[in-house]
Amino acid sequence: MTIKKFVVGCFDDENILFPAVKKVRKAGYKIHDVYTPFPLHGLDKELGMRDTSLHTVGFIYALTGLTTALGFISWILTKDWVQNYGGKPHFSLAAWIPIMFELTVLFSGVGMTLTFCYLCQLAPFVKKHHFHPRATDDQFVMVIECTSNTNVQEAENFLAAAGAKEVNVQMAETGWWLGRYDMNKKLFDNTTETVTA
Amino acid sequence: MSLTKYESFVREPLVDGDKTYNRVTEDIVYTIETKPTRLWYIGLSISLALLLFGVYSIYREVTYGVGQWNLGKTVGWGWDITNFVWWIGIGHAGTLISAILLLFRQGWRTGVNRAAEAMTIFAVMAAGQFPIWHMGRVWLAFFVMPYPNSRGPLWPNFNSPLLWDVFAISTYFTLSLLFWYSGLIPDVATLRDRAKTKFRKLFYGIASFGWTGSTKHWQRHESLSLVLAGLCTPLVLSVHTIVSFDFATSIVPGWHTTIFPPYFVAGAVFSGFAMVQTLMLITRKVMNLQDYITLGHIEAMNKVIVLTGSIVGCAYLTELFMAWYGANMYEYDAFFRYRLAGPYGWSYWIMMTCNVVSPQLFWFKKLRRNIEFTFIMSVVVNVGMWFERFVIIVTSIFRDYLPSSWSLYYRPSIFEIGFYLGTFGLFFTCYFLFSKYFPVIAIWEIKHILKTSGENYKAKMEDLEKISADEFYAKTHQH
Repeated sequence: MTIKKFVVGCFDDENILFPAVKKVRKAGYKIHDVYTPFPLHGLDKELGMRDTSLHTVGFIYALTGLTTALGFISWILTKDWVQNYGGKPHFSLAAWIPIMFELTVLFSGVGMTLTFCYLCQLAPFVKKHHFHPRATDDQFVMVIECTSNTNVQEAENFLAAAGAKEVNVQMAETGWWLGRYDMNKKLFDNTTETVTA
Repeated sequence: MSLTKYESFVREPLVDGDKTYNRVTEDIVYTIETKPTRLWYIGLSISLALLLFGVYSIYREVTYGVGQWNLGKTVGWGWDITNFVWWIGIGHAGTLISAILLLFRQGWRTGVNRAAEAMTIFAVMAAGQFPIWHMGRVWLAFFVMPYPNSRGPLWPNFNSPLLWDVFAISTYFTLSLLFWYSGLIPDVATLRDRAKTKFRKLFYGIASFGWTGSTKHWQRHESLSLVLAGLCTPLVLSVHTIVSFDFATSIVPGWHTTIFPPYFVAGAVFSGFAMVQTLMLITRKVMNLQDYITLGHIEAMNKVIVLTGSIVGCAYLTELFMAWYGANMYEYDAFFRYRLAGPYGWSYWIMMTCNVVSPQLFWFKKLRRNIEFTFIMSVVVNVGMWFERFVIIVTSIFRDYLPSSWSLYYRPSIFEIGFYLGTFGLFFTCYFLFSKYFPVIAIWEIKHILKTSGENYKAKMEDLEKISADEFYAKTHQH
């Protein structure tokens, strides 16, 4: 766990935020994150993030569910507990489709949600640093991480010029997810100035 | 990223009034952050009283056995399974609104999806009570769980629709809960960040799971919602299909029909939307949310009601036709002697009037946009749908193949009625608590559509309306 220095700029309009993100990235600043009250389509691309693979994980969980159901039921009804139901074949796939389907959906849904919580580190009692209390209300909060090369004053002025309504500097606990956002991880190769609180 | 995405003027705004993002938050959380009204206390007290009566009814049933209900040898499924199917059906609208309309990109779902999803969860909770307590020896309910055990090992019958039901409903409940709660997290974070009191900070802090609104988290959240919606769409169809299998796979005349799955699903959506109307019309009035649940929303739901009501009507007529055309005398009697006429004939005609005839009035735009009429219709539809299940269940079994076992007139006992009222208590207690402590409208989803579908923003699109397509493209794709 490290505490780092950030320059925080609050925007109140996404139509100002988008060009600002572009400018800030072009100027070589390292955007730690942008906190928004609702999903802004295209912002992830603008920040150079790759697509999430959560849906792929969901598909794998779905296959797991399907195989579990099929394997389990066929083992029970053809090996472990062979019963004669009206003279029908023991391996009666059609009758198992409902449960196979339900388990597919169940495994996929539950697995994906748990993976989502794990990736985003969401759980009851989890606390994180909030750069601005209105990031969940009406502010779009762009957070620039200060590296050893960053001139803090310059960064503040840059954000204000890009349209930020409120700019400040914060020392914040980063948590585990730093450096995971960039596709090439290039922006994050610089060593980070670590300041003890 | 578009400057302002163009939204046709033909579509009416989904959010009325001059709103900003902050205004949206303030409007929706207002009732959460103020003291509950007297009306809320009265409502909650009535619900709790009903719930207690339900608990007492179940206590009687468990202690003295299923004999506390007026079920008999022929009418072995009565009010309990009727209520079960009714509640499960009501639950379907929530998933339909949140999942299917999400896939169809229907913007109007944002105003009603949160409350509808909550309604789904509470309705499934209410529904689940019936098969469980109907077991009689409820302490053996865990027998339905397939696990290696010392009873043989004895496994449940995976070929049985009743076991499919167990899987379907528990999956449905789990996924609805996940879908609802994952959508709720960002809004709970909004409440957390606004919290003034220590208790609120703690409560919403825990419930918001440490949500920050990070872009990457939103990206994953979008992916999660989309895939969950994709999963829930076939799921919601499968649940009522499987409920209908409980009947359709039997050989009872009147149940043994292939039309059941689509007919049940349409009926479920029909009754579910009616219940959403009932709840939303009260909620928008009491919580002053007319700007978010507009007449447009109500009209859109009424259109779904008239569509599904017509499908249900078609199914009723098809059943009658097949009973005659199939030339099976048991099938014929089940419909023409024991449903249309006979001791329970009145229930068939209530069903027909409420479900088939009266929703047709929604073809008139004036009536679709009339709030009082919609409210009355929403109750009428749910009464009708309750009778549909009653008709299907009781009139098919009260006279079976052996005339000596034909039952006397089936009337519910006070504890059967009490159990039903108890589930109303459960449902409304949950809904009252939910509407007081959580946002009944998805705040972040409203903000998401605000600039394309908000009234004040749409007004600004007049300039865009004037320019040519090329200019529009250049203007909106400048980044």
